[in-house]
Amino acid sequence: MFILIVGAGRVGSEVAKVAVAAGHEVSVLDEDPLSHERLDVGGDGTWEDRGGRFTVGTALEIDALIEAGIEEADAFIAATHGDNTNLVIAQIAAKRFEVGRVIVRVMDPYRAAWYAEQGLETISPTAHAIQMFRQALEIR
Amino acid sequence: MYVIVIGGGKVGWNLARELMDKGEEVTLIEEDRRRYLVIEQELEHAVQYGDATELWVLERAGIARADLVIAVTGDDEDNMLVCQVAKEKYLVDRIIARVNNPRNLQHFKLLGIQPAVSATDLILRLIEHEVPRYGLVHLLALEEEKLEIIELEVAEGSAAAGMRVQDIRLPEGSLIISVLRGGEGFVPKADTVVEGGDEVLLVLDPGLEELITPQFTEDGFG
Repeated sequence: MFILIVGAGRVGSEVAKVAVAAGHEVSVLDEDPLSHERLDVGGDGTWEDRGGRFTVGTALEIDALIEAGIEEADAFIAATHGDNTNLVIAQIAAKRFEVGRVIVRVMDPYRAAWYAEQGLETISPTAHAIQMFRQALEIR
Repeated sequence: MYVIVIGGGKVGWNLARELMDKGEEVTLIEEDRRRYLVIEQELEHAVQYGDATELWVLERAGIARADLVIAVTGDDEDNMLVCQVAKEKYLVDRIIARVNNPRNLQHFKLLGIQPAVSATDLILRLIEHEVPRYGLVHLLALEEEKLEIIELEVAEGSAAAGMRVQDIRLPEGSLIISVLRGGEGFVPKADTVVEGGDEVLLVLDPGLEELITPQFTEDGFG
């Protein structure tokens, strides 16, 4: 599977690395060239040595998405640090490029829920954290 | 009319003030605490503090009964998503979004955010009107209906000068609807002769301009 990940922060870069290790083709897009370092650590050789792709650019620039391979992508992961950016680019991936699988990180649990109702596959770390605190405190 | 304005920058604050002067009920939402406190000195209860991309902030402002939501923050993603939620979740009838970077206009369209207003585009239109290139002015573009009206100057020595309207070679999907001559306008008939120095108004399908302009320029180029 060819996976395009936008945002090489803590989450995006780890998901990229495990996906490459599992044999998937992975391309990462991030606006900060230095974020490449996160992809290099913890493996044998550089990110590229392991078969990964990396493109510098912002995800609202269609040219950057195309250069990163969105037209061939089977899956798209929106994992930048901004909810609003993630929600916009996920919809671009789904509606304009018709990527088969689009997964978007949305910190705000209420909007994650609403956009999920609209058909986006959302993951809300905040909702998970709340749930885990509830379990830890045994609050139902 | 109840109007919610998102973003208390120069555009949003002045917009809110103007609408209130016209007697409209307005709530302005500003997410920067210091900016909010400044605006509150003047607008008092008509300004609320918060991030309008959060649903509870919109609900506190009473979005369900809003007639119009105007998103004019400096962030295009914020403007897009506030309008999308206003329209699709809270069923607000009318939305207006500001486009900061004209390259993002395509994304507003993709998400169905119309009208999306770009200051850069507006100024470009004004420049075009004041300094018409090849004598061409866009008078009207009906995007939904896919029609445009343009004004063209008929150059002396162009293919169209001295020709009857019916003989001017225009592409399918375009029509001369008016001729302006000596400060007067009239609706031409098929046998009306167009003269150099006239201005003509054409209605056309978008994208046909380049096929039309060569008929009206001296060197035959658009």
